[in-house]
Amino acid sequence: MRALWGAMTPRGKALLAILVVALLLAPLAVNRYLLSVLTLILYFVYVGQAWNLMMGYAGQLSLGHALYVGLGGYVSAALWVHFGIGPWLGVFPAVAVGAAFGAAIGWLGFRFGIEGVYFALLTIAFAEFTRIGFDHISFTGGAGGLFIPYEEKRLGEWWNLRGGQPFFYYVAFLMAAAGVVIAALLSRARIGFQWLAVREDEIAARALGINTFRAKMKAVLVSSGMTAVGGVFYAFYNNSLFPAQVFDIGRSIELILAPIVGGLGTIFGPVIGAFILTPLGEILITAIDRIGINAPGVKAVFYGLLLMIIISVVPNGVWPWIVQRFALVKRQP
Amino acid sequence: MTQLLSVVDISKRFRGLVAVDKASFALDEGDIFAVIGPNGAGKTTLFNMIAGMLAPDEGTITFCGQRIDGMPADAVCRLGIGRTFQIVRPFPSLSVEDNVTIGALLHRSDVGAARSYARDVLAKLDLFDKRAVTASALTLPNRKRLEVARALATDPKLLLLDEVMAGLVPTETDRMVEILRGLNRDMGVTILLIEHVMRAVMALAGKVLVLHHGAAIAQGPPQEVVRDPRVIKSYLGAEVAL
Repeated sequence: MRALWGAMTPRGKALLAILVVALLLAPLAVNRYLLSVLTLILYFVYVGQAWNLMMGYAGQLSLGHALYVGLGGYVSAALWVHFGIGPWLGVFPAVAVGAAFGAAIGWLGFRFGIEGVYFALLTIAFAEFTRIGFDHISFTGGAGGLFIPYEEKRLGEWWNLRGGQPFFYYVAFLMAAAGVVIAALLSRARIGFQWLAVREDEIAARALGINTFRAKMKAVLVSSGMTAVGGVFYAFYNNSLFPAQVFDIGRSIELILAPIVGGLGTIFGPVIGAFILTPLGEILITAIDRIGINAPGVKAVFYGLLLMIIISVVPNGVWPWIVQRFALVKRQP
Repeated sequence: MTQLLSVVDISKRFRGLVAVDKASFALDEGDIFAVIGPNGAGKTTLFNMIAGMLAPDEGTITFCGQRIDGMPADAVCRLGIGRTFQIVRPFPSLSVEDNVTIGALLHRSDVGAARSYARDVLAKLDLFDKRAVTASALTLPNRKRLEVARALATDPKLLLLDEVMAGLVPTETDRMVEILRGLNRDMGVTILLIEHVMRAVMALAGKVLVLHHGAAIAQGPPQEVVRDPRVIKSYLGAEVAL
């Protein structure tokens, strides 16, 4: 942790400190709607970090991360609804199930040499058939959805993730902060370097003694497990889960945009990406609402356009450009 | 002298084409051993079998008393065989130092320790000043040096060098010869190299193996091998005739 802090220039440290303080004080200053947007941003920071570890660092493209969100959400919500087991405990089986699916996909893909786009297709396939599966599992409400009842008397039970908007905001903040720290620590550890080697050139990585299968499995396990925690948050924040919604490929795409826009394989890329994209999307929807046009899918079109612009202007993402422009992180020796 | 590597009668066929045909040789600890031969003689195939990228169809490879033929490349490296690639494969978007640090992390779990060892290795290969440069921005001679540095950082007992002199001008070749001799002398690294640059082979190798159409046609000290009529006919003479 100290090494992470030490790697930043005074200017970078100051900006980070200001950002953290501003986010901590935000509930005092902004209204409920803005707080919900901020909560959404921080949620995307967190899941973006999880996805970025797998793609940005280890170079394994997953287009099915909604699978882990959905599984984490469904496991924890079902345990709560049916057995009264709170998410503070339910998060563990949620992570286990998410990571187990991650392990299955990883094993199939890496063991049989399914790479790149084909691996991405495999991740989509798993998310899709899980969606169809959940449509038919009556235990979790099938296609009709699973609902977490809103109970006034439980509102203070933070360990059960019951609370108001400010409460969920702070939970999202903690998750985002933890996600950043986890990603930063892993990327600077031995495994982080092994991931980079795998991403850059797998044959060369093996020639340096790296068991690339194991390194990729670790990436997928960490990423899917982390994302499942995001799913627990998603379930208890929204209080409802529908297979067609949570497992939809749109959710998977939404989740990967922030790291792509912000900068793949960087710690602050997913952060800055989420802070750019989510508010723009919300502004767009509000604006469209005001004008009174009913245009479903307009957000997707907008994100698509934005992605094209950003990729053509700053192909490595916004964060690397900012770092260079404003000298926030010390140059490597 | 204890035997480090022994290759016995290994063969490799690609759809009927015999790339390596019952080649045998052995290396003692501390040797510098060169494999020469015309293009397509099977030198790189031979290397790839030793390094674990290809499994031989026949024959055995023994390293430090352990059979390694058919072992995966990463396991072979962990046993102590480092290799470079003829067509260099740096990690392009990483810095030179990070490239070598990844190698050094094989036997060091602490990133700081690996980084400082990587710097020592970079200094040995005249790359210390380039350590912050992105690998893709290096010139070819420097990329060749980076290949050696990265392999060396894994603390190999045996270093396989696949044409690290190719494309270098004579002064650079001489410098590389000097570096390799230093590694052999000071760090006790045994070296097996594939090389076309005869100037380097003559200066470095204690023993030479000549491959032709996959078969070992001569083996011995370099001065003897270059006078062997079969070698002149198949390789050296052919080069002159070109």
